[in-house]
Amino acid sequence: MDTDALEKQKSSPALYMVRKGIAVGFPIMLGYLPIAITYGVLAKQAGMTLTELTLMSVMVFAGASQFMGANMIAVGAGALEIIVATFVLNFRHFVMSLSFMNRLRNLGLRWKAPLSLGLTDETFAVSSLHTQEAKMEKNGYFYAALILTAYLSWIVGSFLGGVLGEVIPEKLSQSMGIALYAMFIGLLTPSVKKEWRVGFVAVIAMLINVVFSQFMSEGWAIVFGTVLGGLSGVFLLKEDAS
Amino acid sequence: MILAIIIGMALVTMVPRVIPAFIVDKLAFRDWVNRWLNAIPYAALGALIFPGILTVIPDQPLIGLLGGVAAIILAYFGLNVILVVIGAILTVFLLTM
Repeated sequence: MDTDALEKQKSSPALYMVRKGIAVGFPIMLGYLPIAITYGVLAKQAGMTLTELTLMSVMVFAGASQFMGANMIAVGAGALEIIVATFVLNFRHFVMSLSFMNRLRNLGLRWKAPLSLGLTDETFAVSSLHTQEAKMEKNGYFYAALILTAYLSWIVGSFLGGVLGEVIPEKLSQSMGIALYAMFIGLLTPSVKKEWRVGFVAVIAMLINVVFSQFMSEGWAIVFGTVLGGLSGVFLLKEDAS
Repeated sequence: MILAIIIGMALVTMVPRVIPAFIVDKLAFRDWVNRWLNAIPYAALGALIFPGILTVIPDQPLIGLLGGVAAIILAYFGLNVILVVIGAILTVFLLTM
């Protein structure tokens, strides 16, 4: 007991928040590694060098668009075509970033700008559903640690996929495709248990996504699902859901 | 050529991510906009989960769906997210055996 209390005093609040960020980011790592390895394998087969495919993970850090990019490079699509498709697919991050940055108003730009660059579907979802940390001291360290955990596992996984090829047996890596969906469900379910209207917002977004994806690209359908589904929250979630 | 593609992809991904960091301090949102932005995470989760989850095993949408049901049940009983993820992976793995 004594040493425990002493330890808590010694370790700074910043360090505590870093540890917390890594712990909360761990499920993202679990989901990213197999996907990143698969990306590495695919990108290699598409004719990219190890440097190129790793650099893409370092600079783009957006899973779905990197898969798409590698596929399009493999079939010899033009650069402009690939870049426009990437923009469309990743535009949803604008909406997510607006929501995330609105929550981080108390942080300076020198925190907000780098954190925004590390925003993915997964880091956004995990960050946003840990609302207590947003109000705590040194919250920047929490988000930075969470994002870096995800970022580094994405880069390392891509590199490993490029070097080693299929290290995970196909059957297992295929099953691991459910990982990020399960993480999303694992984040959403407790919120729905607390406030069922939250589930309503999510289901509306799902339905909008399904309907819109019939006549537009997946990227835009997710944007509309998120924006319009969120709009339903204005009416459904009168009190602050967080 | 590939380098140009990577730089282009990086730019069109980074710019939409970073713009809100610069504009959010200059804007004071009305109450309903704040409520809208606070609801975005739940809507995003919904749109990201479905129908994407049906494509986990490309030609067998039911397996992804059942993996999702397993995740809901485990999360409902208050299990840690890691265990929810592992449980769903096991479910899909067993169903594809």
